[in-house]
Amino acid sequence: MVNTILSIPSDITGGTYFGWGSFQIQSGNLIVIIVMLVLFVLALVLPFPGNKRSK
Amino acid sequence: MNASGSIDEHTESEVLHTWTGKTRQWLVKRLPADKLLPEGQPSYVSSWIYVFGMGAIASLIYIIASGVVLSLNGPTWYHVSGLGHFVNSSHLWSVELFFIFMVVHLWGKYWMSAWRGGRVLTWITGVISFAVSIVAAFTGYLLQTNFDSQWIAFEAKDALNAVGIGAWFNVANLGQIFMWHIVLLPLAVGVIVALHVVLVRARGVVPPLEAASSDTQLTTPDEVSVGTLTEGSVR
Amino acid sequence: MSKIPASVSWRSKDDIASRAWTGKKREYDLFKELTVGVIVVGVLVVGLSAVFSSPDEPSVTLKSWATAAPADFVATATAELGGTSGTAGYGAPYNNTPDVGQKLGPINLQSLSGVQIPIDTAVDFVTGPLSLQANPPQALSTWTAAATDQRASWTSAYTDALTKAPNNDPTQVAVGDYGPVPALTSSLLAMAQQGALDGAIQGEGGFFNLDYTRSILFLGDGAYFVGLADGAHLTGDQWGMMNETGNYPGQSWLWLFSFWYQVPVVGGAANADILVVGIMLLLTVLLGLVPFIPGLRTIPRWIPIHRLVWKDYYKRR
Ligand code: HEM
Repeated sequence: MVNTILSIPSDITGGTYFGWGSFQIQSGNLIVIIVMLVLFVLALVLPFPGNKRSK
Repeated sequence: MNASGSIDEHTESEVLHTWTGKTRQWLVKRLPADKLLPEGQPSYVSSWIYVFGMGAIASLIYIIASGVVLSLNGPTWYHVSGLGHFVNSSHLWSVELFFIFMVVHLWGKYWMSAWRGGRVLTWITGVISFAVSIVAAFTGYLLQTNFDSQWIAFEAKDALNAVGIGAWFNVANLGQIFMWHIVLLPLAVGVIVALHVVLVRARGVVPPLEAASSDTQLTTPDEVSVGTLTEGSVR
Repeated sequence: MSKIPASVSWRSKDDIASRAWTGKKREYDLFKELTVGVIVVGVLVVGLSAVFSSPDEPSVTLKSWATAAPADFVATATAELGGTSGTAGYGAPYNNTPDVGQKLGPINLQSLSGVQIPIDTAVDFVTGPLSLQANPPQALSTWTAAATDQRASWTSAYTDALTKAPNNDPTQVAVGDYGPVPALTSSLLAMAQQGALDGAIQGEGGFFNLDYTRSILFLGDGAYFVGLADGAHLTGDQWGMMNETGNYPGQSWLWLFSFWYQVPVVGGAANADILVVGIMLLLTVLLGLVPFIPGLRTIPRWIPIHRLVWKDYYKRR
């Protein structure tokens, strides 16, 4: 591999990252994961409407 | 109402000789019309967790619809047209929603141990549809024909080459990936999901983990408590 | 509550879970649920698309690379000529390189697949495209006529000289015996900057060609392309497999795949890729087999989240 050290200006949008050390999570992914957890919890605790019973 | 299903089974008990007839008999026995499209569900089907399977199906409908529009217009269209870009966005977001719903669905089914009572194939087809959907989404990222897909192709080739399939599943070959993404993988997802849903209907929704035959919900007036003795059959 | 623990077995037997439900029923309209679902998801899809749109960072071309980072381009072209680039020494399916490829025990699946997409980096990336020009550089015939050893010593001398030059600038390289190499690489640079190289390399596949393997491998041999990905958190050691450019959610469902590359004993292994693929295949199979695995299938009984799912039922039982 060529290991030329270059100072390349990155023109690709990088986004916002959160993390600790080598663990870095991108904000979009973080939101998706939070949404899944929230939906799961809400699905468990919210009462389900319309308890129409037949037979 | 629910007794009619079992009556059907018995009226069709005459011996049929043609393959067609036998197949019909088998199908009708396994999946009578009122099981395929029931108007009611057992009383315990009363939680928001049950809507996520349907949510995944709804998202899949949008994925396919937007995908058809994208592929009819070819890979360049969405880079140059505002409408194209919007259709591309809706393809992306329906995929994100699809996975969100599917994962919550998977969690739900796990905690309900919904494979109980002969429903294991439903679980397995679910896992297969999850795995196949992941591959399908991956090929979609390769088809973006932008920087991201160039990079994913460069990065992903190593794992595929390492297991020896990189030449046949060549991530840098747009023609191959197109075929996988717009034909083979969607077809596979569609078939597996259809099988999954038919299995759910055929088996009925799994009862609560701690349902006991002494429950008031089970001992309805027209029901002479069936199988009170079998409660100990624990594995 | 029942004293006997509820069964979590997959087996169909004569218990409540296996029999058709004969107890109380409620109205549940599946088609209405689907219709409402389609409407709700439709609103979400249109709303999210309208508000957030979708990412589309333009592709990198050999032209944009040669223009933005000419020194890196020349260094890479030299490595392609000398057969020292990543692609040149990659092995199957691109070329025959002894002792490369990841092994699982004694098995080398990569080599077993054979050279299916032959790539000779010197010819396909450098001399081939140059020979297509109206006035191919004189240096081309010098190169073609030279022996393999001679070529290797020219390219390695030039590679060293480039590394030592200020800013790796090819125009500031010290005098030395590089043979035709500087002439070849600078012609290739000019060709790339004019935009002719993209078409030349892509054209090697014929008139109808949807195969971008050569162009992508050439880009990836340089530091520019990798640097762009690194800047956007897309490389493997940055959990990049999950990430999309910008703040768009990517393939978050690949988190576990990505995770193994961050575990030093796995990610740092010489056969990291094959290990990770193997682990993930195994885990996927295990997920499918959860109903058969005592312990894994029993957790839902130990941690009774199901009481929340069926809270209505348990309340009225
Ligand atoms: C392509 C994605 C999927 C779709 C469209 C889908 C769809 C559905 C639907 C509509 C139902 C019935 C309603 C409900 O309970 O939500 C269902 C049930 C079920 N799904 Fe899925 N599913 C998918 C993936 C999965 C996955 C990944 C798993 C687990 C690994 C899974 C496991 C199950 C099980 C075990 C049932 C039976 C539930 C019961 O008997 O109570 N599914 N699925």
